[in-house]
Amino acid sequence: MALARPTAILLSKELQTEFRTRELLTTTIVFVLMVLVLFSFTFDPTSIESRRFAPGLLWLTLLFAGSLMLHPSFTREQTNDTLAALRLAPIDPTAILAAKILANCCFLLVAEALLLPIFAALYNLHVLPVLGQFSVVLLLGTLALATIGTVFSAISSQARMRELLLPLLLLPVLTPALIASTEATAGLFDEQPYLSLQWVGLLAAFDAIFLTVTWLFGEYLLEE
Amino acid sequence: MATLSASTPAHAGALRPSNGANLLETVLVALLLGFAGYCALFVAPTEKTMGVIQRIFYFHVPSWWSAFIAFAIVLVANVAYLRGRNPKWDWLGVSAAEVGVAFVTVGLVTGPIWAHPVWRIWWTWDARLTSAFVLWVLYVSFLLLRTLIEEPERRAVVSAVFGIFAAVDIPLVYFSIWFFRTQHPQPVIGDGGSLDPSMGKVLLLCWAAMLGILVVMVRQRYRVERLRWDVDRLRLEASQSNSESGR
Amino acid sequence: MSVASQPNSSSRGVTVEFQDIEKRYGVRYALRGVSLRIDAGECVALVGANGSGKTTLLRIAALLVRPTKGTVTFRAGSSAAPLAHLPGQQRIGMVAHNILLYDDLSAEENLELFAKLYGLDRPKERAAAALQPAGLINRRRDPVRDFSRGMRQRLAIARALLPAPGLLLFDEPATGLDPAGQHWLGDTLGQLHDTGCTILMSTHGASEAHSIVTRAVRLAAGNLAEDSAPSGDPQRILTAALAAEQGS
Repeated sequence: MALARPTAILLSKELQTEFRTRELLTTTIVFVLMVLVLFSFTFDPTSIESRRFAPGLLWLTLLFAGSLMLHPSFTREQTNDTLAALRLAPIDPTAILAAKILANCCFLLVAEALLLPIFAALYNLHVLPVLGQFSVVLLLGTLALATIGTVFSAISSQARMRELLLPLLLLPVLTPALIASTEATAGLFDEQPYLSLQWVGLLAAFDAIFLTVTWLFGEYLLEE
Repeated sequence: MATLSASTPAHAGALRPSNGANLLETVLVALLLGFAGYCALFVAPTEKTMGVIQRIFYFHVPSWWSAFIAFAIVLVANVAYLRGRNPKWDWLGVSAAEVGVAFVTVGLVTGPIWAHPVWRIWWTWDARLTSAFVLWVLYVSFLLLRTLIEEPERRAVVSAVFGIFAAVDIPLVYFSIWFFRTQHPQPVIGDGGSLDPSMGKVLLLCWAAMLGILVVMVRQRYRVERLRWDVDRLRLEASQSNSESGR
Repeated sequence: MSVASQPNSSSRGVTVEFQDIEKRYGVRYALRGVSLRIDAGECVALVGANGSGKTTLLRIAALLVRPTKGTVTFRAGSSAAPLAHLPGQQRIGMVAHNILLYDDLSAEENLELFAKLYGLDRPKERAAAALQPAGLINRRRDPVRDFSRGMRQRLAIARALLPAPGLLLFDEPATGLDPAGQHWLGDTLGQLHDTGCTILMSTHGASEAHSIVTRAVRLAAGNLAEDSAPSGDPQRILTAALAAEQGS
């Protein structure tokens, strides 16, 4: 497939660059930790309250962290005009977007994996029994954030006030994914844990729909 | 003295006076709106439980319908622009988006005005209102994005892509919020029960008036965008011929 | 835009034809009705004042910028069998104002990445082979951000030459090069010209490649003002451009 190979090459480049410096990862993790701890000060949750608020808190925090972390995705390509270098190569321009979406998804998942034990400890949640199902929700939700976030990073990198613009554009569009992820997570941490297939289905649909829209229209964002 | 270049594309006749047609159109819609308003306030029967304040419904509901039509126009304009790159689609897109945002604002403002005397609350996070609020933010962001990109072609392309994402998101937003509310119910502002036929007629009349406003406002706004383009072009030609004659 | 190319040709060069190219940014015209045909193997110098549209024309030829009107057609060899858009780009190499390289990666890693993206076999060897003549083989493991201006330009040129292109687009290639670098550039351009590669080079009239330039074209305010093709001698236009540059 003409898309797979260049995506793999570029994905490898993205991962190589980030794991060399790890600046995005460390900053994101520290930010998320700080937010989680600060929130626990502000409302000093009991165990019942934790179960109610923690899912929303987790996803909101990831959303904010993501909107900060996804920002350099395309602003980095403005240095030395490397985006033009990629576009000069005989590859489908959508591969550039696909590689960045996958890379950002990876970074977010790594951050989440490191944060999950801390989060569970702070809010007294029993993650282990539902780990497998929770991973599915995390994966789908993170993919939603990475997809829209990467595309909107391409959008905001071409505008002024880009640091403020990315969260502003991202948050309303991600509303369905935010609700679905939070509700699905809440179900898993309920007293009688259950996996809500409707919410997971909605998340999967969200991902499928927006990956398709990206595939159809994303390349126009890369033009000059 | 600037000379107009004859080879400029597609805007011949842009400066033609069209005031006659515009004025007629505006007067007709104003009359229609006046008549619809009169019917809404005096002709339609008073609602049993809510009283006079319910009459705001005749403006509140058509505002939403008109907003959706405006946003549908935006989606069509966005896709058409990306395919053909004709600036006119960009002008149509921004015009329809602004008018759509205006209608959503009317809806969001008339909602609480209606709600407070009847249910004693200004706002509730019920499904429709919440979704409407997200809708408002989405298209305000669309307009804001446009102000932050200077180069016209990039602005048109980038905002068109964002507009498509926003439009595709709308059904997902409505569905997810609705489904959320079925699981966590809250008080609902809005009608309950069926509509009396005479009320239905007045509602449609008000909607027709709203659609008239939609058409007039989009056309005016489109005209402003087109004039802006022509002014820029003339200014550019004037400065070029000045610098050439100065050489 | 259409790209037509024939897979096997003894001459490497690509013919480029611009037909009525217009590029508009809002109401501002960068290029107006430019029609130009560059035959395979020609070495064309593109001159003109700043803002005359040279960079825009080069970027349109590189398929980076989409013209508002008009078409760019490419032909390789004698036949004009149409090919898909993408393989055409394989035969285009570009040196732009920016170096088009990743600061965080080493010289070697950069060239390997682009070798892979261009679908070249043995990317590691190709990268090393490109670094050697550019005089960068000893610094191949260093990140590009540590390179001097001249070294970055050499690497940018090496990057453009990597896929053995049939069309080379140079936007002021001598910028930042020291005399040794300029000498290397002149030699490299000479070798490329000998293999039949088509070269379109924007220049301010400086001398690094005048010996191989076969044609000069001058742009003014987005229009094609002068073309040395009828007379066959590019020197007059080149000298005038150099004088204009030095006078301003």
